Amino acid sequence: MTTASEHSSLDTFPKLYARNAKLRGARPALRFKDRGIWQTWSWAQSWDQVRALALAFADIGVGHGDKVAIVGANRPALYWAIAAAQTLRAVPVPVYADAVADELAYVLENADVKIVVAQDQEQVDKVLSSAERLPLLAHVVYDEERGLEAYDKARLTPIAGMIERGRAMLAKDPAAAARIEAYVAAGRGEDVSIILYTSGTTGRSKGVVMSAAGSVAAASDTVAFDHLSDNDEVLAYLPLAWVGDHYLNYAQALVAGFCMACPESADTVQQDLREIGPTFYFAPPRVFESLLTRVMIRMEDAGGLKKKMFHHYIAVARQWGEKILDGKPAPFGARLSYAIGNLLVYAPLKNALGFSRIRTAYTAGEAIGADLFSFYRSLGINLKQLYGQTEAFLYVTCQKDGAVRSDAVGPAAPNVAIRIADDGEVLFKSPGRFVEYYKDADKTRETLTEDGFVKTGDAGFFDTDGQLRIIDRAKDVGKLKSGAMFAPKYIENKLKFFPNIKEAVAVGDAKDFVTVMINIELASVGNWAERNNVSYASYQELAGHPRVNEMIEKHVDEVNRSLAREPMMARAQIARFLILHKELDADDGELTRTQKVRRGFIAERYAPLVNALYDGSKNADIRTEVTFEDGRKGAISANVRITDMKMIAPEGAEKAA
Amino acid sequence: MTHHRSDDIAPGDILLAVENVSLAFGGVKAITEVSFDIRKGEIRAIIGPNGAGKTSMLNVINGFYNPNEGRITFAGRTRPRMKPYEAASQGIARTFQNVALFKGMSTLDNIMAGRTLKMRRNFFWQALRHGPALDEEIEHRKFCEEIIDFLEIEHIRKTPVGKLPYGLQKRVELGRALAMEPTLLLLDEPMAGMNLEEKEDMSRFVIDVNNHYGTTIALIEHDIGVVMDLSDRIVVLEYGRKIADGTPAEVKSDQKVIDAYLGVAH
Repeated sequence: MTTASEHSSLDTFPKLYARNAKLRGARPALRFKDRGIWQTWSWAQSWDQVRALALAFADIGVGHGDKVAIVGANRPALYWAIAAAQTLRAVPVPVYADAVADELAYVLENADVKIVVAQDQEQVDKVLSSAERLPLLAHVVYDEERGLEAYDKARLTPIAGMIERGRAMLAKDPAAAARIEAYVAAGRGEDVSIILYTSGTTGRSKGVVMSAAGSVAAASDTVAFDHLSDNDEVLAYLPLAWVGDHYLNYAQALVAGFCMACPESADTVQQDLREIGPTFYFAPPRVFESLLTRVMIRMEDAGGLKKKMFHHYIAVARQWGEKILDGKPAPFGARLSYAIGNLLVYAPLKNALGFSRIRTAYTAGEAIGADLFSFYRSLGINLKQLYGQTEAFLYVTCQKDGAVRSDAVGPAAPNVAIRIADDGEVLFKSPGRFVEYYKDADKTRETLTEDGFVKTGDAGFFDTDGQLRIIDRAKDVGKLKSGAMFAPKYIENKLKFFPNIKEAVAVGDAKDFVTVMINIELASVGNWAERNNVSYASYQELAGHPRVNEMIEKHVDEVNRSLAREPMMARAQIARFLILHKELDADDGELTRTQKVRRGFIAERYAPLVNALYDGSKNADIRTEVTFEDGRKGAISANVRITDMKMIAPEGAEKAA
Repeated sequence: MTHHRSDDIAPGDILLAVENVSLAFGGVKAITEVSFDIRKGEIRAIIGPNGAGKTSMLNVINGFYNPNEGRITFAGRTRPRMKPYEAASQGIARTFQNVALFKGMSTLDNIMAGRTLKMRRNFFWQALRHGPALDEEIEHRKFCEEIIDFLEIEHIRKTPVGKLPYGLQKRVELGRALAMEPTLLLLDEPMAGMNLEEKEDMSRFVIDVNNHYGTTIALIEHDIGVVMDLSDRIVVLEYGRKIADGTPAEVKSDQKVIDAYLGVAH
């Protein structure tokens, strides 16, 4: 029924909200597990909440262009706050809930925030502790009362009370509803829809400004691409402030009209996933990795028969699963065997993981191991890769059903243009392209080319089948003194594909050889230690254990062998490595909030270790300051062993000899 | 029911008074003529070196031991000899130094167990799980879910508590005590054996219980830093005798307390 003109008139999220409330008013829009029971709001009920909240916001002076920060976990009230702000043509600014007070204050200050909607006491405390830095801040609205009883309520308002007040206005005054309609109708495609702050991989985070029409257009394209409809359902567990959550959940839900379920708490996501059974799912590779690690550990502890059955049918799936998923020919015997395996292993396993109903799943953010990737696909889960950026409002490339590989990220997404610059940097132009960095014209100019393409900062190239391959951050690709190419992330990813290695940091630019610092994965190495009677009391002790070192040495050797097979990389093998005594942590600034390694910062912080890696020492002393969750500081010191590796002759050279 | 009387007491008035209480096991004197009071709505700490009689004092308050001498007045009623379940039905709940939970039961079932005294239907109806008994169970479940939410233990709702780490078991035990809707909550070393982060979490829960439910709390704790931060008033015991009583600041500067903790040349 939607004509072209009608469609183009739906150029803001509030307009889509109103449409969904009218078109599919009785269908579920939001769920939240509260006090152990799933509560559901239909599109009509949800829109009522948004309208009520918008009226209350207007009442405390929120208007066109005002910035409303949203800090907290995925809660219906916070999603309503985003929509209510957009309804008033105000600009929602979601902030990472785990940001420490100083990071939070920076964003609130930088974005000129007038109202903060905070989830609970923890967030309210952070905001209030830096209130003197925020002269524009007029009100703090909170969702959960707990612990705030004794606070001065002059500038603190409960969101439930605001919604109540708004509902009362709607009930007794017909003009109130008309006012909302007028607000929505006044919304324009070129309005700022949201400001998403980047996670700050390099330096301070930047506010990425999105336009309403661009956001809606981008989401409409991918909803069509993946055939999403109002029968779909997602679990909104990604950080509210991340473009992934705002796009995949909020934006796509509004365009397609599907239901978004909010988990009970961050710790219950796995159980909630099982109860909801989402049909569309996104997770970064590390989530898939830790799930697989957990499955494998559980299988190690299972009885003999179960173990045998599991390994037999996983082998069947490895051989045939992906072919069957992609609709490629497979003999009848294989199909039968796969069907039995599905009955006995795959379906129960998928059910336990909450993946039973998945039609489309994506992973992105980091490279994913071929084994890991095909494990899930072989179970019949349509897992694909996409490549995206906040600046693109997510999608730059995405893989089509049936044309999926682990080492590439797919062709350009619908209506996206991609170009590779002379230095190998990937450039794109997309419907959802950001408008600018908030209050940073220089950075905006730096990032855009003259013809409006965005510089991604990633180096990559197109494969023969038209899929994009990303090697590394363009600025991180360096050279050894010998002139050999050094792509740190490429080496790190190869290491990280071993379940025992959680994180790796490669050093080598302008050096004689490549060295790496490794973080072990406590879950799998700990389980290994248990099975092999290796006793340990702490992460540090386990990381320093000689047998763990031996195990990691074998992994590094395998990586060197695989590097030796690649002509471009053969000369950048790992010469020396060490195992770090502590886990890299975002609280210590070593990872970004999206868990990406901050290489430069780490090189500085662990300078004594880096020096030792290059001066030939056999071990090194290190003392590092750590930040506890409450912001207090402590220190850990350790003596770290350094291991020398044997270089593997490149494959070509071996043949020549 | 007797515990209704505690509602008549205004915040700040005396909820529990211990007067000249002595307790001896055979010839060993555990407590000697100790007197102090607990005011409604406050957090009251009992501290002292090992063997000072702190746990014995809690056991006297909740009726596990009966004092040889002296009187205990709770909610305006001076009580004769009593049993722990009588104390419980009067609104006194406690947690233990060594976690005392049903290890094979889930978190939820353990907390539900704390509702036993609140169940009105008799055993027969409960066993049938029908009609009014079922409605009642739903009511109790709702209350327990509030506690689960309050203590942030949703993720372990269905986990057998024996499988949980110690810090979480302590939290479940607090949950079970809260399920009784106590007027007076006795916590025996709620932070023993915890790391810094767990201690801070537990401290926050203690303060929140006090603020949110208005529960009067008496606690024994070894971590002096925690005690000074949490408590409104502190009683200090040494060798079964009271040596000091007052606000954290007063207690901290009391010479007898300093001597008791740091030792003194005799």
